[in-house]
Amino acid sequence: MNSTIAMITFRAMLGRRRALLLLALPLLLLALSVVLRSTGYDDLDVSEDVLQKFGLATLLPLLALIAGTGVIGPEIDDGQLMYVLTKPVPRQVIVLTKLAVANVLVVVFAVVPVLLSGLVLTGTTARMTPAFTVGVLVGGLAYTAVFVALAVASRNAVTIGLLYALVWESLLGNFAPGAKSASIQQWALSVTDALTPASPVRASVGLAVAVPLLVLVTAAATALATYRLRSLTVASAE
Amino acid sequence: MSTSTIHDIGYRHYDGRRNGRAYVLRSLFVHNLRAAYGLGRPARAKVMPFLLGAIMLLPAAGSVAVFAVTDRPETLMRYSSYPPNLQVIIAIFLATQAPVLASRELRFRVVPLYFSRPVGHLDFVVAKLAALVTALFALMAVPVTVLYVGGLVTKAPDPGDQLLRYLGALLGCALFALVLSAIGMVVAAFTPRRGFGVAAVIAVYMVSTAVVLIVQGIAEQETNFTLSGWMGLFAPFNLVDTVQVRLLGASKSSVQVAPGTGAGVVALALCAVIVLGSVAVLYRRFRKAGLS
Repeated sequence: MNSTIAMITFRAMLGRRRALLLLALPLLLLALSVVLRSTGYDDLDVSEDVLQKFGLATLLPLLALIAGTGVIGPEIDDGQLMYVLTKPVPRQVIVLTKLAVANVLVVVFAVVPVLLSGLVLTGTTARMTPAFTVGVLVGGLAYTAVFVALAVASRNAVTIGLLYALVWESLLGNFAPGAKSASIQQWALSVTDALTPASPVRASVGLAVAVPLLVLVTAAATALATYRLRSLTVASAE
Repeated sequence: MSTSTIHDIGYRHYDGRRNGRAYVLRSLFVHNLRAAYGLGRPARAKVMPFLLGAIMLLPAAGSVAVFAVTDRPETLMRYSSYPPNLQVIIAIFLATQAPVLASRELRFRVVPLYFSRPVGHLDFVVAKLAALVTALFALMAVPVTVLYVGGLVTKAPDPGDQLLRYLGALLGCALFALVLSAIGMVVAAFTPRRGFGVAAVIAVYMVSTAVVLIVQGIAEQETNFTLSGWMGLFAPFNLVDTVQVRLLGASKSSVQVAPGTGAGVVALALCAVIVLGSVAVLYRRFRKAGLS
């Protein structure tokens, strides 16, 4: 960890009006929860729907994509990363710091809002709120690691990440069940499923498969990001 | 130094023919249209638009192939439901390419260089928007055309009706392109930082769609189909689909569309407001951009 790099990254992610963009999404989730609560549509089915479809399947991948690619992608593109790389700081420290910053952002802007939204919607019924919070947290760690690695490896990281999150996980998952088992979202859902007795939560992957895969993917992505950053060539922007 | 004079140091004036406003517009349009597909830029910029274009073509080609083999008309996809069915791909294309057109000049603060030449502020914005509309229209219309021509070649039944529905779907594609570009350009113009523009555009699409779907789901459970239909106006694809269904006679492809021809008129008016509003906002955004 390097506090200077962390501070610079935080400033780049949250400075000016960018924090508003990050804040808008969780605020919408909270607003939706409050509206549903106040109109009385807060039974377990609807709450599960909101937490899963909005929290786990929309908010989490989007925030992880913004945070994961945002902490390092723009700096690589405009060549500013060179000023960091030329300092006597080990590359893995740089990657780990960026990853930690992205994780903090995901926790603040995705995990905490899901926790609050769950509390608003269901309270502590069927332990669904803590279950989804943990699910979103472990999913967030894996997503962030993958997207940071993607940002180091490719200039089209955001598009590739979108294709993965939207096409692979959502669209193909509906047609090809095989694609469904190879998705971070389902693994996170499996963790959630294991933690709550609520029947609407149904994961297609067993916990014994999901947890090792989550750990493996997170570790592999971190290692890949470090490895790729070691031999990074900085070309001209655009 | 109380007196100062401007010296004539012998620069020649340009007395030749001036190409005029139409030429400026056309040049800007062509440049931006090429940029939307990464033409004239490195291969890295071409990969994504053409990959997404290829993905868009796959279902159309597959559908025609299945029809040619099985000869069952229901295997041919409906023309008007093609964009809504593939909305994710279209949204990703919009998210990756709208910032290419709308953010780059802002990010590098070069907009004043354009306006130091005889380029009108409105022309600049309209050319950019028109270029993105054309790019998106091509993305949707080419597969729909493949579907239609494939149906013709493999002798799909009822060619007259097919032609009508094909033309209706083309109109629908144009409206999809207009509305989506208008939204995408505005969002991208306010998020010039690299990567953020893409995320912001996709966030607007995903969040509006997700919220509308959740509310529609609840409304359907309550068998309140009217509310469910009107909610559809708040998601871009559902909005245009309402126009397609209510004014162009297509079958619905969304969860629910608002009832009656009046709903179609309202949806169309909303589309017009989005497009005109977008031009106005973009005009204001670019007029003073990069100065001071």
